[in-house]
Amino acid sequence: MTKLTIPMLATLTTLALTSGVALAGSEDVVVDDAWARASIGVNRPGAAYMTIRNTGDEAVTLTGISTPLAMMPEIHESKTNAEGVSSMAPAGEITIAPGEAAELAPGGLHAMLMQLQQPMTEGDSFPLTLSFSDGGDVTVDVPILGIAARGPEG
Amino acid sequence: MRRRTALGYGATALGAMGLTLFVGWWRVDGPGAPEAVASLPIPLTEMDFRLTDHEGQPVGPETLVGRPTMVFFGFTFCPDVCPTTLSDISGWLDALGEDAGQMNVVFITVDPDRDTVEAMAEYVGYFHPAIRGWTGAQDQIARAAEGFRASYERVPTDGGDYTMTHTASVFLFDAAGGFVSMIDYHEPREFAVPKIRRALEEETEGAT
Ligand SMILES: [Cu+2]
Repeated sequence: MTKLTIPMLATLTTLALTSGVALAGSEDVVVDDAWARASIGVNRPGAAYMTIRNTGDEAVTLTGISTPLAMMPEIHESKTNAEGVSSMAPAGEITIAPGEAAELAPGGLHAMLMQLQQPMTEGDSFPLTLSFSDGGDVTVDVPILGIAARGPEG
Repeated sequence: MRRRTALGYGATALGAMGLTLFVGWWRVDGPGAPEAVASLPIPLTEMDFRLTDHEGQPVGPETLVGRPTMVFFGFTFCPDVCPTTLSDISGWLDALGEDAGQMNVVFITVDPDRDTVEAMAEYVGYFHPAIRGWTGAQDQIARAAEGFRASYERVPTDGGDYTMTHTASVFLFDAAGGFVSMIDYHEPREFAVPKIRRALEEETEGAT
């Protein structure tokens, strides 16, 4: 946002006029194959996965997530180093180039759901809201699969 | 010695395949010569630790000798890597079919403060029935990890909680307790299942 050019401002103005809200990109975000694992109770953190696609022609930046299911949801990344040691840390903001996708999948990026407000029960689903730097939100319904699920198909 | 000739071809082929994989691993992930030697698990027969399985039975490395063994480290508060490894292992065991019943499959926690016997019992119950969960005193877990050359560390998180970093590889031993190979995290099933079969076959060869 440091270099707001005149054409960009013009685009923003046009968008503001046409849609009533000044969004730049997030309305072109499509989320596929969302799923989460069931939890045992509420003490352990949960994890959710999905593919976040940017179908527009401007980059979009995912800045945060929220859900009524967890007090502290955060995008994390798991990494395994050359010695085979796995660790996990907040991933920060994620920018998705036009036509590209961010893959949240086991062993890599994941929506970490800390401080669960209720157990995640297989067969249920919950809403997860993705917030983008243009002020737009995308809410997806995430189906909860079994604890031993390996992908969106179970 | 004569019978070995026929077996020799297979062994050579396997050896060549193993060597190729090894060279690949060495180039890509190998931590370097001196450390790599030190990072291989010692034989189960040389390890010494006392833990408790998820049914409350006392266990140790000697529990595993006599059958091929698969061991990995993790913790049940792990939301991503550990359930994925447990699901992968469950999938490999399904692929092995009846042969899976001839193996020891053990998940050792690196977080015994939260992973009590009861917690382990509940957790492993969601995965393949062959998987056993072991926990115990901190110093015994440390001794076990030392034998497997596994490492782990407690890391504080934002909410005043903590998480664990840990070795995510799966270790394979033959029935005599000798280290056979390692399955790295997220290794495709095409590589993992043959590696497990190799650990199973060393048992049969040793028995004849
Ligand atoms: Cu995480």
